[in-house]
Amino acid sequence: MQHVDIVEISASYGKARVLDNVSFGIDRGQIVSLIGPSGSGKSTLLRVLMGLLKPETGHVAFGGERIDFGDKKKLRAIRARFAVVFQQYNLFQNMTALDNVTVAPVKVGGRPRSEVEAEGRALLAKVGLGAKLDAYPDELSGGQQQRVAIARALALKPEVLLLDEITASLDPELVSEVLDSIRALAAEGMTMLIVSHEMGFVREISSKLVFMADGRVVETGPPAQVFDAPRAQRTRDFVSKILRH
Amino acid sequence: MGYTINYDQVLPYMPYLLGGAWLSLQIAFLAFVGGAFLGLLGAFAKTFGGPVLRGVVQAYVVFFTNTPQLVQIYFLFFALPDAGILLSGYQAVLLGMTLNAGAYLTEIQRAGFASVRQSEMEAAETLGFSRLQQVRYVVVPHIARVLFPPLSNHYILMTLGTSMAAIFGVEELTGRALNVNSETFRSIEVFTMTAGVYVLVTMVANLVLALAGRYLFRARMRLL
Amino acid sequence: MLERVVDEAPRFFTYWNVVFLLEATLATLVLTAVGCIGGFALGFLMASLRRTDGWALWPLRAVAFTVTEVFRRVPFLVTLFLFFYLFEVLKLGLDTFYVAIAAVVIIAGAFIAEIVRAGFESVHPNQWDAASAMNFTLPMTLWYVILPQAWKVILPPAFSFFILFIKDTALASQIGVVELTFAGKVMNNKGFSAALTFGTVLVLYFVLSYPLTRLGQYVEARLATRRHR
Repeated sequence: MQHVDIVEISASYGKARVLDNVSFGIDRGQIVSLIGPSGSGKSTLLRVLMGLLKPETGHVAFGGERIDFGDKKKLRAIRARFAVVFQQYNLFQNMTALDNVTVAPVKVGGRPRSEVEAEGRALLAKVGLGAKLDAYPDELSGGQQQRVAIARALALKPEVLLLDEITASLDPELVSEVLDSIRALAAEGMTMLIVSHEMGFVREISSKLVFMADGRVVETGPPAQVFDAPRAQRTRDFVSKILRH
Repeated sequence: MGYTINYDQVLPYMPYLLGGAWLSLQIAFLAFVGGAFLGLLGAFAKTFGGPVLRGVVQAYVVFFTNTPQLVQIYFLFFALPDAGILLSGYQAVLLGMTLNAGAYLTEIQRAGFASVRQSEMEAAETLGFSRLQQVRYVVVPHIARVLFPPLSNHYILMTLGTSMAAIFGVEELTGRALNVNSETFRSIEVFTMTAGVYVLVTMVANLVLALAGRYLFRARMRLL
Repeated sequence: MLERVVDEAPRFFTYWNVVFLLEATLATLVLTAVGCIGGFALGFLMASLRRTDGWALWPLRAVAFTVTEVFRRVPFLVTLFLFFYLFEVLKLGLDTFYVAIAAVVIIAGAFIAEIVRAGFESVHPNQWDAASAMNFTLPMTLWYVILPQAWKVILPPAFSFFILFIKDTALASQIGVVELTFAGKVMNNKGFSAALTFGTVLVLYFVLSYPLTRLGQYVEARLATRRHR
């Protein structure tokens, strides 16, 4: 059985339809990457999954248990299983790195602070920031902020980690430190849904690609197939454009 | 409860109240124009004047912005006769509001002057603009764009401020409301209706000013 | 005019008259402070309500919207009269001082709701996104994330507004509240010259308002230079 099923999600911004009947599944421990041209709806899909944009239709199922995007209660249930790392990190500017990591488990999860703080320290150490616990976001580089954001997402103990173009805002020399953190997570068997333009990285790390264009899923398959033997014309155009660069 | 809301008696007074609103807008306009002129002089004095002149203007601004307009007008209305200057209620209100506006508008316009950036002037100079052309094409449009929104805003606030003219017997909107109240004794109806007229008048004034600001000066203004 | 002032001054500044004026000054300050603190609570509540979603709260949202939009466009004097007669009709039998406080609370609430709203909007939307994605409730988002970042934007204009109302409460004299302006009228009716009474009243207002204005300017300048926390 699929771990997570994303089923027939459609969404619009005003009159513009940005997601059209999007469906695919993610197995437990699988890493799925969403690729496609800008404006194809990849980031929008993540916003829907995080309950930041209300879809018109569709639902998600965790281990066969269906949850609709309806009221607040359902949204909370969905959000509790996903955690997201944003392109712009979105760290709370008024909190230290450690507070950013611990605030949600303590305040939302109601877990004891001492326990959560110990975990938070360990998580920050894991992403190489054990010495920056008390630094505020504006005292950290973009790459460091993004690694805090990864630790913050992991502290929520999500079933699936959503990564939304997490290297797109970084200076080139900072990209590798962030990708290394993701590789380490992959090695531990974390289930992830990744939106990225780093095609080399996507190919290396994912076991399944979902190619989207104009808000639709055009093609899915293992990276080798999608990159080397794409079936759809749209995919072929996209891949040939990327490979030329 | 012994009181039932009933607008039948006061609704016929609507045209009378609207006439009062027209007078309110006029008082606000006259005081605004006078105040803007005073403020312009004040802003010039503060920007280009010597220390004495700047000190005098600063004292004027600080005094008028830190005391109530109502008491300022009381002073003009009740104290000036002792010095042989007799003002009608309308004149005292107009003079008081003008002096008060002058103080606030000095500060607003000074800030507008200060917002002209040296870099823009330099850019104009490198393009070969003469001094006069710089003022005509760079400085004035910039200042107009920066100043129009806060000036409009102050005009709206002044329109609300005119209601204190009623205290001096001027029959503008609030004054007329008091008249209707003493004729009909339908207080709740009269003052809700009056409040409604103020909301309407200030919204319309704001809309007109915001449209003017957008199209004439490309100023960013909220329509509502 | 000046002769008369000098002439009357010794009779004017007697112990009881000075106490009367100082008590009236205190009344102005209390009216402003209580009204503005209440107004701040109301304004904060209304600005927060406008951030809620879901149909259950829409009547409250509508009330918050209406109060903010209407009472910023009605003169304080008219609001005072309206509340004066409203309290009369409801036969609450309360002193006009409380009528004035209620009027200050609602007007201050309307203006401060806009100030708070601007403060909320000054915090980057991605902070709101992150908080919702982590399942923060609205009160938690405001308390832990938004307010610590927005208060620097909210405080200076809110403080200016407070100072503005020290002066605006002069209008409460029109419904018989014994505050500073009313005290001036009383003294004037006792036969003291208008120049002396209203001159003294102006000075007392200035003494209340000016130091607070300077304090506000100082705090604003300090806030502009500090960073997080």
